[in-house]
Amino acid sequence: MASSSLAPPPGLRRRRNRARLRTAGFLSPWLIGFSVFFAYPLIATVYFSFMHYNQIEEPDFVGLRNWKYVLTQMPLFGPALWNTLWLVVVMVALRIVFGLGIGLLVTKIKSATGFFRTAFYLPYLAPPVAATVAFVFLLNPGTGPVNGILGALGIPAPAWFNDPGWAKPSLVMLSLWGIGDLMVIFMAALLDVPKEQYEAAELDGAGAWRKFRYVTWPSITPIVMFAVVTGVVQTMQYYTQALVAGKLASGVSVGPGSVVQPGYPEHSTLTVPQLVYSLGFQNFNTGAACVLSLVLFVIAMAVTTLLMRKRAGLLPAEDRSV
Amino acid sequence: MPFPRMRTFLSVALAGAGLLVPGCAHPSVGSDRDDPAKPVTLRFWHGWSNAGEVKAIEDSVARFEKLHPNITVKVIGNVTDETVNQVLRAGGDEAPDVVSSFTTNNVGQYCSSGMWADLDPFMRKTGVDKEKVFPKTFLEYTSYEGRQCALPLLADAYGLYYNKDAFKEAGIARPPRTMSELRRAAVKLTRRTGDGSYERVGIMPNFRFYENSPDRLFAQWGPAYFDRQGKARLAEDPRTKEFFATQRALIRAQGGYAALERFRATFGDEMSSQNAFLTQKVAMHMDGEWRGLMLKDQKAKFGWGTAPMPVPDDRADTYGRGCLTGTVAGIAHSSRHQNAAWELVRFLTVNTDQVVRFANAIHNVPSTKAALKSPELDTDPTFRTFLDIARNPYSTAIPPSVNGGQYIVTLRDFAYDVEAGKVPDLDRGLRGLDAQIDADNLQSQN
Repeated sequence: MASSSLAPPPGLRRRRNRARLRTAGFLSPWLIGFSVFFAYPLIATVYFSFMHYNQIEEPDFVGLRNWKYVLTQMPLFGPALWNTLWLVVVMVALRIVFGLGIGLLVTKIKSATGFFRTAFYLPYLAPPVAATVAFVFLLNPGTGPVNGILGALGIPAPAWFNDPGWAKPSLVMLSLWGIGDLMVIFMAALLDVPKEQYEAAELDGAGAWRKFRYVTWPSITPIVMFAVVTGVVQTMQYYTQALVAGKLASGVSVGPGSVVQPGYPEHSTLTVPQLVYSLGFQNFNTGAACVLSLVLFVIAMAVTTLLMRKRAGLLPAEDRSV
Repeated sequence: MPFPRMRTFLSVALAGAGLLVPGCAHPSVGSDRDDPAKPVTLRFWHGWSNAGEVKAIEDSVARFEKLHPNITVKVIGNVTDETVNQVLRAGGDEAPDVVSSFTTNNVGQYCSSGMWADLDPFMRKTGVDKEKVFPKTFLEYTSYEGRQCALPLLADAYGLYYNKDAFKEAGIARPPRTMSELRRAAVKLTRRTGDGSYERVGIMPNFRFYENSPDRLFAQWGPAYFDRQGKARLAEDPRTKEFFATQRALIRAQGGYAALERFRATFGDEMSSQNAFLTQKVAMHMDGEWRGLMLKDQKAKFGWGTAPMPVPDDRADTYGRGCLTGTVAGIAHSSRHQNAAWELVRFLTVNTDQVVRFANAIHNVPSTKAALKSPELDTDPTFRTFLDIARNPYSTAIPPSVNGGQYIVTLRDFAYDVEAGKVPDLDRGLRGLDAQIDADNLQSQN
């Protein structure tokens, strides 16, 4: 028979099977991790997005009710999405610019380099909650030293975390203070640019801007893209600082009987992850929380895909296949 | 045998994961067939964290253990409602048997989901006639749609705290009794510095101030949030518009929302020595009975008194009323010792001597009819005000709902917009508010 004549000999088949088993064995840690921590939660999230489920009673199929509720009837969805996207655009962009600027600065400093690098990196090591508490204290409109100094200088002082217009910029300031992570990777990238290229550019009469534009920038573009992609993904999950700042600035003591309503003031610090937690683990509205999570997931995937495609365009020709 | 293709393998793995999903949705089930006379260890979770309060609840448990030597109670304090909710859903051997909550907001959710066991069968078994033991309002806020899944474990009443020195200085003889009197007193008590900024306001009417949740002030109008079908009816109730008009008039009379909000942002934390009433930045404010103990502990540098919150001018006969809420206790659905757990709940909530001693110890309002009349109660007049508010027949609590206090959160958000002048058409806004509350309730129903 033709089929039997095409079948590989038994010895070869056994070797192939062994090779496949070996491959699967090497892949198994990833496969298990992928299944348990990604595939299963993703399937569960899709499943529960069509269910009424309060985490006590049996899930009950409700069709598109959760989707309709989140997308058309939940008033906080719009502000939460807007705040999250605002932070993604403004915070990520400013962190890249600021991180690169500090990175350039510390690579140019000739003396006390260790001190300055440590000083700029240290704030990044502060726990997010402690850093946020300190910022809210410093920027307290009534008792904080910052407004005290601004007032003494005759400069009108904003209400920072208590003003809906200033709350998000205040969070951006907090993130810029902890820029140490980006400073380190930019500093490493900048120190990695071959000195010969700068010397050649100088011989060609290039000034500081042209050297940055034509030597530094092409060399560090992959690092910038890495910082943008990871920054976008991290900011999509922005939770702790916004929650702590809103809770503290509100001045209301939250005891065991009360539930923290995120977003103070006027929902200006409400982000989608806070809303997911609030719906899922305060209201136990699991279906709606799953819908929100899926919306966030789709947006994060779309933005990341777009950035990865753009990344190909930004990279030097020889790196595009990477 | 050929090795299965990777695609097939992945499909099977994902399908298996999918099958696991519904399997995770089975909460553990408890039992009410235990013998409460047999030795048993109960877990009791509560929210008290202050050293004095923790000692008071531990003393209460010690008294219970003396009465029931076969029952040992493991007490865990400073537990939030969120933690209780999550643990009861997760189940497990370490989950509590007896649970308590500092708020009545979640009772609807506890009862409708079955997370807290129905207490009526236990009361019947042990001869507790709840109508005879508890005031009607307290029974209402501990049940939902006929299911009594909680009982009041002391109550809280909201009244007016006022600075007697400031009143004397402004020539005001007594605390205000109507909303008009409140507005006039607030204006007289407001003091400004040379540059026109506030040194003190008469009352801070903005809803974000400490305990100023709109539902608490709205209680002075005795609102009905829902109709018989459970639909929100705030738009059709004229009291809602009166309430917002009164609050906005209070704001206007003292300088406007933006100026007051700027001043409010300078206040210290509610529970700290920088509390705005303690630092005399406000001369009057609405608060619960527990604040008295804090004012004494912090040794307030001025004379202060308490009174019921003022009522609307056209309802002067209801003066003395206030918003009621309180701590509630119940039995976890997952408890395997529900009869023993009931003995603890019964002791804490029904036993008059225990209720009075605990109320005196933590300066809360007792929650049984007998305890409210007890001569053993604290005789401090600033505390007695709140006992009178709790006894007042016009005092109300917010009705429980299927999704906890979600409708109060929605009302609060709406009220923030109203006070900021962001709702130009109040009628339309209230209709939208009702629609939102109904949509949220529908979303939470099965």
